[in-house]
Amino acid sequence: MILDIASLRAVFLGDRQADRVVPPSGFTAQLTVFAAAVMAFLAVFAMALSLAAGRLADRWGEELARSATIRIVAPLDQRAVQTEAALRILETTRGVASARALSDEEQQELLAPWFGSELALDTLPVPRLIEVIENSDGVDAAGLRLRLAAEVPGAVLDDHSRWRAPLIQAATRLRILGWASILLIAAAVAAMITLAANAALAANAQVIRVLRLVGATDGYIGQAFIRRFTLRAFSGAAVGTALGLIAMLFLPDASDAGGFLTGLGFQGWHWLWPLLIPLLAGAVAFAATGAAARRTLRELS
Amino acid sequence: MIELENVAYSYGGGELLSDISLKLAPGSFHFLTGPSGAGKTTLMKLCYGALLPTAGHIRLFGADVRGLDRDGITEIRRRVGVVHQDVQFLDHLNVTDNIALPLTVSGRHAEAAGSDLNELMSWVGLTNRADALPPELSGGERQRAALARAVIMSPDVILADEPTGNIDWEMSQRLLRLLIELNKMGKTVLIATHDLSLIRATKAHVQARVLRIANRRIQLAGADL
Repeated sequence: MILDIASLRAVFLGDRQADRVVPPSGFTAQLTVFAAAVMAFLAVFAMALSLAAGRLADRWGEELARSATIRIVAPLDQRAVQTEAALRILETTRGVASARALSDEEQQELLAPWFGSELALDTLPVPRLIEVIENSDGVDAAGLRLRLAAEVPGAVLDDHSRWRAPLIQAATRLRILGWASILLIAAAVAAMITLAANAALAANAQVIRVLRLVGATDGYIGQAFIRRFTLRAFSGAAVGTALGLIAMLFLPDASDAGGFLTGLGFQGWHWLWPLLIPLLAGAVAFAATGAAARRTLRELS
Repeated sequence: MIELENVAYSYGGGELLSDISLKLAPGSFHFLTGPSGAGKTTLMKLCYGALLPTAGHIRLFGADVRGLDRDGITEIRRRVGVVHQDVQFLDHLNVTDNIALPLTVSGRHAEAAGSDLNELMSWVGLTNRADALPPELSGGERQRAALARAVIMSPDVILADEPTGNIDWEMSQRLLRLLIELNKMGKTVLIATHDLSLIRATKAHVQARVLRIANRRIQLAGADL
């Protein structure tokens, strides 16, 4: 009873005669389906979490690694001069792809969430921001700081690494946690199916003895049970996944205003990932029932 | 067909059977008798591969049982019809489906489900009980259903362990006549029973040899029966 094409075919196409030799079971069957559905529902969220965390880590890693910011903190009358000086230095710095000072409007936009849009920026000593985009060589941050310190006393270089690292680490951990949850859920499904299959095999000990006596192979007897539990786990997980996806649809869309919390959904082709959950549940049930059946049958003559 | 050569079998406690040599030739009719607990059922189980001997060799249809894997044993089961005293069925299937079960599990349901099955049902007199569930059957009906199930694959050998244990004399006679008929069709028959009057009644119809288990060994009982 290895996992081969023939036995997989038997699971899905079935044999109505073979199905009938094992008596129908009512309540416990529904429990198996229910448990599989719940596990699949949870797996959808674990998967969404993993994928969203992965996206977050990638985005932060990509965008922030290639950019830096220079703040010009100077009295209003010197700000423009110092900005010019800093830009000149950047032009001759290796590793800088482009550098530009943010306009008043852009700065206003950045500050709007905190101060409101009615703020008159020109009356406040708001530092000027210079956005530096690095090329693939990267900028020698220490060298740049020294040059800036010499020529532009009000310039502060922020290469983002200080707060980028812990954020990326957090997102990576979150992603690992999500995938670990999916593995644990799969293990729990395997345990649940094994218990249910063992119970069914024990309850049908007489059936199995009779089948052995009249010349049924282990494969035939095992198949009757494997098919049942595989289909139960598969159909339960399919329902659970569908419900989970519907729930995901009702989560608010990701938007700039909401930050990363609302990005906790599937995006693009990632919507296809959860379709693997029922298949995974079916495969887990197939293997778990097969192992349980082999164990039970070995003890019979 | 079935050959035992110096076979011994011991349970944890001690040896139940020892130094048993026996050969069931095609078409022969044997009784196996002896006191309760002498090992009749054990010997039967050795004959269809449900137990492996602790010493000696058993050859079923020319193959050593120790060399057979589980599917090999299954193959043997399809050529040996077994009737137990406490016969078990699949209680959720009706009598017809139970009798056809050996065909079903060997994937041959369709072709034989028709006239052969009906003929067999009427031969054992269960035609009007075809749709009954096994728990609804009387002791005699159960034994006859078991016999029908045992012979539907047209086995070469029929092993019956106390087939008449639970039923009255009238019904025993009827069951025995069925077994004699099978033997006349060329099947090898081995019946374990402690009912000596049954053996005597049979000997009038068929040339049967009587094997007796005594003191862990098997002896050919003489004409004293």
